[in-house]
Amino acid sequence: MKISILVLEGPYNHEASDSAYNFIQAALAKGHSIQGIFFYDDGVYNATKLMDPPQDDRHISKRWSELGATGIDLVVCVAAAKRRGITNEVLTPNVRISGLGQLASMINESDRIVTFGD
Amino acid sequence: MAENGKKVMVTVRKPPHGSIYVQESIEVMFIFATYDMDLSVVFLDDGVLALQAGQDTKGLGIKGFMASLGALVDWEVTKVYVDRQSLKDRGIREDAIIAIGKDDDSGAPIRPKVLDGAEIASMMAEQHSIVSF
Repeated sequence: MKISILVLEGPYNHEASDSAYNFIQAALAKGHSIQGIFFYDDGVYNATKLMDPPQDDRHISKRWSELGATGIDLVVCVAAAKRRGITNEVLTPNVRISGLGQLASMINESDRIVTFGD
Repeated sequence: MAENGKKVMVTVRKPPHGSIYVQESIEVMFIFATYDMDLSVVFLDDGVLALQAGQDTKGLGIKGFMASLGALVDWEVTKVYVDRQSLKDRGIREDAIIAIGKDDDSGAPIRPKVLDGAEIASMMAEQHSIVSF
C-alpha cells in the first residue's frame, strides 16, 4: 500500500513526530511504501539541521534526513516554514520546501494519508 | 471544485482558538479546492465552536479567520457539514451557526449542513482520504 504522512507537531515537545517516524518504520518493515511526508504547522521544526540534542537522545531531524536519503519525498510547507524561520539555509539535507499543493498531490497518489498531530 | 476527483474529507475537531489547527485547516481547504479532488469538510467535536457567530481575535493580537470561513463557498468549498450532536453538546443552536457564503441568485446565506453522526460516518466510509485537524 502507498501511504503518505502528515506531521503537524514539532519535535521533542509532543510525541506526534516520533509516532510518525515509528509508524513509517513499521509500515516499511511490512512492505508498504511511503509516497511522501508533509510537515505542516509546527511540524516544520522537524526539518531544521540546527537542532543539537544530547548524544544519548534521538536526533529527530537527522532521522528524517536519513529517511529522505532512501528516496522518500519529505516536504516542508513554505508558508508554515516562513512563519517559523525555517529556510533553505537551515534545512536538513534530503528535505525540500514547497506548497500545500504537494500535500494534495501526495494524497491523490497514495492509498492512505495518516495524520500525526496533537 | 473537481467533482470527479478522489473523495477527500477535511475534518475540523479542534477548538478555533488556543492553537493554529483550525486556521491552517482553512488554508488546506482553500488549496485543496483548486485541485482535482472531490472535497468535503466536516466540523465536529470542539471544531463546531469555529462556527459560532461574533468571534473576534483582535484582542488576542492574532489574525482572524472568521472572514475566511464566511468565504468558503466563494472559494468553491461547498460541501461543508457539521455534526448535530457536537452542536447540541456545546449548546449551539443549529440556526445560529455562521454562513459560509451566499446563494448566487437569492442572496440567501448558505450555512454548513447539519448532519447526524451516522450520516457523517457513512460519508467517511466513502472517502479516499480523510485529513484530520
